[in-house]
Amino acid sequence: MLDLLFRALIGGLGVASVAGPLGAFVVWRRMAYFGDTLAHSALLGVALGFLFDINLNLAIIVLCVGLALVLVTLQKKHIIATDTLLGILAHSALSLGLVAVSFLDNIRIDLMAYLFGDLLAISQTDVYWIYGGGLAVISLLVIFWKPLLAVTVNEELAKVEGYPVEAIRLLLMLLVALVIAVAMKIVGVLLITSLMIIPAATARKLSNTPVQMASIASVLGCLSVCGGLWASYHWDTPTGPSVVVCAAFLFLLAYSLPFKRLG
Amino acid sequence: MSQQLVAFDKIGITFNGRVLLNSIDMSISEGEIVTLIGPNGSGKSTLIRTLLGLQTATSGEVIRHKSLRIGYMPQKLHIDPTLPLTVKHFLALVRGVDKAKIVPTLEKVGIGHLLSSQVHVLSGGETQRVLLARALLNNPNLLVLDEPVQGVDVNGQVELYNLIEGIRNELGCGVLMVSHDLHLVMAKTDTVVCINQHVCCSGSPQHVTGHPAYQALFGVPGADESIAIYAHQHDHVHDEHGDVLSESEDANHKGATSAHANCHHS
Repeated sequence: MLDLLFRALIGGLGVASVAGPLGAFVVWRRMAYFGDTLAHSALLGVALGFLFDINLNLAIIVLCVGLALVLVTLQKKHIIATDTLLGILAHSALSLGLVAVSFLDNIRIDLMAYLFGDLLAISQTDVYWIYGGGLAVISLLVIFWKPLLAVTVNEELAKVEGYPVEAIRLLLMLLVALVIAVAMKIVGVLLITSLMIIPAATARKLSNTPVQMASIASVLGCLSVCGGLWASYHWDTPTGPSVVVCAAFLFLLAYSLPFKRLG
Repeated sequence: MSQQLVAFDKIGITFNGRVLLNSIDMSISEGEIVTLIGPNGSGKSTLIRTLLGLQTATSGEVIRHKSLRIGYMPQKLHIDPTLPLTVKHFLALVRGVDKAKIVPTLEKVGIGHLLSSQVHVLSGGETQRVLLARALLNNPNLLVLDEPVQGVDVNGQVELYNLIEGIRNELGCGVLMVSHDLHLVMAKTDTVVCINQHVCCSGSPQHVTGHPAYQALFGVPGADESIAIYAHQHDHVHDEHGDVLSESEDANHKGATSAHANCHHS
């Protein structure tokens, strides 16, 4: 039992430390709904992964990136407002995923685990995926920190100064897709975005610079994972939702107490 | 003759069948301050965006000198309030910036004390100066300023224009400004280009303000003396309709058809 908990903790902390900094970008660029859309489509990735018998993480990443590209293309054509477009894609992708899963007669899929996550069910391989993917995301964030931030602050200024704006935007989507793929096991497709957004939003209250906000978001995410696991162990509550509740509690705490920002 | 930095060669832009710009010819040289004026929707910003590479022209060509380095100051700066950012961090985002230059540049634009302030709490004038500092940190030989005095009170506007002129004198760079306030900016400008989809008229401020095409768009200068702060040489008189008459000629020339033809500017 303790072994199981330990592995869950290691996996959860890995996901939370990556989701925090990336969540900061999602908050700054107002991509929350975009993240949701990608997350919802991840279930379709799972179904396709089973259908074609390919690695599930890989299937999710490919599907998320593909959807992100479709989204950007449609957005440029200005056919319909972006939030409507996201709404259409998010729920069609989720429904398509649920329908596709129902066709998988010979395989039993624990749907609840994919929708809401099951931290206690993660395997050693999952942990490797989390740390491999997480390391890739963090390295890319560190290497491209300045262009990512410059494009986030003001795209036109960045473009005039010679930053490759389109490429950076794509990179950010790729990173979000990667995090969704590795975080799905922990909190599930319906709750992934919360693990990115809530710690980042809480960190905003406590920080003065972008780096501070990204790092504090990491720490808060890790605290939420610890808290959620502890609650889950004690009261036998579902792990994924417990982690999110814990993150939300920290958010309320930060905004109701008179904390001072770091200098 | 100083080096020509940029020339527009018959730039035309059509968007969804609507003509935004039609065969625009103009150029900017080192050390020259060019002000682009025109009513709302006249295509000023579109022209600037074409120069900056943010928009592609449907016809014509932008000819850039190989030494061209642009420092761009956008109309306004919107930074999401969820993004904590100090002035220092904002300026450090300039591509390939020499960080040692940040403080001197801030001091040059007169806001050295704001280094550690959050960008969200700056006043209109302070924001414009931060944006100017960011433009300068690109080591430009051409400053492109899109409505640089937006949201700044009249005294602040005069100071900002003085500052821009001072920077031009110090760096010898070219300056391309967009403006729709006509009076304050005139005193600091070498060349005014008045556009309304096409170039209506261009030349020295004195020449342009006397041009019938300008007057058709903006009215006759001097009609509202209270805000005419630029060095306006009132070398003509008006009849009761506001038409311009030459001072040297007799009042019985009232009703002259072309105001410009009769108006002798220095």
